[in-house]
Amino acid sequence: MRKNLLMLHTVTRIVVFIILAFSVFLFFAGHNNPGGGFIGGLMTAAALLLLYVAFDVKTIKQVIPFNYTTMIAVGLLIAIGTGVASMLNGDPFLTQYDRYVTVPVLGELHLTTALPFDLGVYLVVVGVALLSILSIAEDDA
Amino acid sequence: MNNLVIIPLIIPFIIGIIMVIFRRNTQLHRWLSVITLFAIFTFSIILLYQVQTSGIQTLQLGGWQAPFGISFVADTFAVLLITTTSIVALPCLVYAFHTIGKDRELFYFYPMFLFLIAGVNGSFLTGDLFNLFVCFELMLISSYVLISMGGKKVQLRESIKYVLINVMSSFLFLIAIAYLYAITGTLNLAHLSVRIAEVGQDGLTTSVAILLFIVFSLKAGLFLFYWLPGSYSAPPTAIAAIFGALLTKVGIYAIFRMFTLVFYHEPQITHLIIGILGALTMVLGAIGAVAHSDIRSILAYNVIIAVGFIIAGLASFTSAALVGSIYYLVHDMIIKALIFLLGGTMILVSGTGKLTEMSGLIRNHPGLGWMFFIAALSLSGIPPLSGFVGKVYISQGTFEANLYWLGAVGLITSLLVLYSIMKVFMNGFWGETLLSKEMEKGSTKGLLLPIGFLTVITIALGLGAEGIYIYVEQAANALLSPELYINAVFGGNPIP
Repeated sequence: MRKNLLMLHTVTRIVVFIILAFSVFLFFAGHNNPGGGFIGGLMTAAALLLLYVAFDVKTIKQVIPFNYTTMIAVGLLIAIGTGVASMLNGDPFLTQYDRYVTVPVLGELHLTTALPFDLGVYLVVVGVALLSILSIAEDDA
Repeated sequence: MNNLVIIPLIIPFIIGIIMVIFRRNTQLHRWLSVITLFAIFTFSIILLYQVQTSGIQTLQLGGWQAPFGISFVADTFAVLLITTTSIVALPCLVYAFHTIGKDRELFYFYPMFLFLIAGVNGSFLTGDLFNLFVCFELMLISSYVLISMGGKKVQLRESIKYVLINVMSSFLFLIAIAYLYAITGTLNLAHLSVRIAEVGQDGLTTSVAILLFIVFSLKAGLFLFYWLPGSYSAPPTAIAAIFGALLTKVGIYAIFRMFTLVFYHEPQITHLIIGILGALTMVLGAIGAVAHSDIRSILAYNVIIAVGFIIAGLASFTSAALVGSIYYLVHDMIIKALIFLLGGTMILVSGTGKLTEMSGLIRNHPGLGWMFFIAALSLSGIPPLSGFVGKVYISQGTFEANLYWLGAVGLITSLLVLYSIMKVFMNGFWGETLLSKEMEKGSTKGLLLPIGFLTVITIALGLGAEGIYIYVEQAANALLSPELYINAVFGGNPIP
């Protein structure tokens, strides 16, 4: 018997966006405040997982058509790519470059190559968390 | 600064990741993995040349000076082992092309293989204790996947044991690191060495040294080897060969590094314990090798005997003994891969690992038989082959250090090694031929090439021992004088 999950669905639709926004905030806060790629990635994974729990795997797969294995690989490539880039530049592996840039709306920003590294971590964490949960969920035996 | 130092770690890592993206294309995986190993080999040869001409090469990651950042250090000892790693990995890989099967290839066999190589190379090159832990984990997690890949019943049973014991030892490793950090306030190996030399190696530091020794013994199969025979018999031949050749050697390398660079002040305690455990390992391993009549178990116990023998060189702690240990370490990586591939081929052909059920393989497989014979002689250290030089130097070193009992145990176990491996040869290859060509369970097509390659390497290493002597001697001298390592890492900067 299929229950009517109207309340759950409605609340999920609102809450998921709040969690996603918070995870992005955590991701960008990492340099000067607690946060960073790992916890941001876990929070994003939690938001997506809420979708999978509230709806079902098939529906969400149509909505979010990511291949999580590729996501892990791309994340690793981005992270290691920042290291290799500094190597190609003639500096030691994983050297960090930073620059103060004035952006029209946001004002002066301190941009560093630690951000793409963290983005790599973020993608790997999201990918690993969802891949392991979904492969257990889809296991029939 | 020399970015080449980290290349052997990141090349297999990046290529492995790219392979994960193109999962379906097995042919691409094969080509990429072979090219990667060739690239590592080339770079390690260049690195060997650089270390030879201009001293120990270092890299401070991110440009942060020595005790504050992570250092990567390439001295002759590490570079020799990296070169050997790429030489050994190549035939195992080619062997895997023919035997590993489509299922495993599709489930990321080659990426895991390369991650394993990356972890091994990282462990050899790192100059930081916590980074060593991370590289160990990279290597171990890949090996967990490799050992359980395929999901046969015996593999699952053995991989549970393997994972449990390694999780336990990693946990002890972390605790040891925590103690050491509390005592010295640093994790950089060179800085650790300086700090411990300053304040002296007191009782607490020695206890931590012994805790670290237990951890690495668990990984290396020194005395605490009871998990090893089962785990190394479970996976397919190509994987067992790379495990036998590389994994325990990383533990041995870590023991050498710690007890020549950091904890060398109380040899009458630490090195004596190392010597006693080495002797016990040899005796127990020899008993196991002689007692079993299953090819895989005999080979696994031979891995253990070699670990005890190499460690005997460290226990003696003389120049000759260390030269012997390095020679034997290089030889052992090659010969263990070779003997595992040979044993695996015998099992493949006859369909069983039990010596009582096979006989007379030499009639249909003369090449395989004589290569096994050469490998067996090399394993036990018969003069023109590669095992001889290391054995002579280690025995000389133990006698010089007045550890006659240790040298005697080493020589007696050599005989038992010869007996155990000749038992395999005589039972398996001589006698009445039980299986005709058509009745055999598998064909050796394509498998003799990697085996032949390794056989040529072991002969060449025996005949050309003089050619690599300068490198081995340099590595041994660097191990005996830690200040070379420390000066290279700090590069003239003040030591905080």
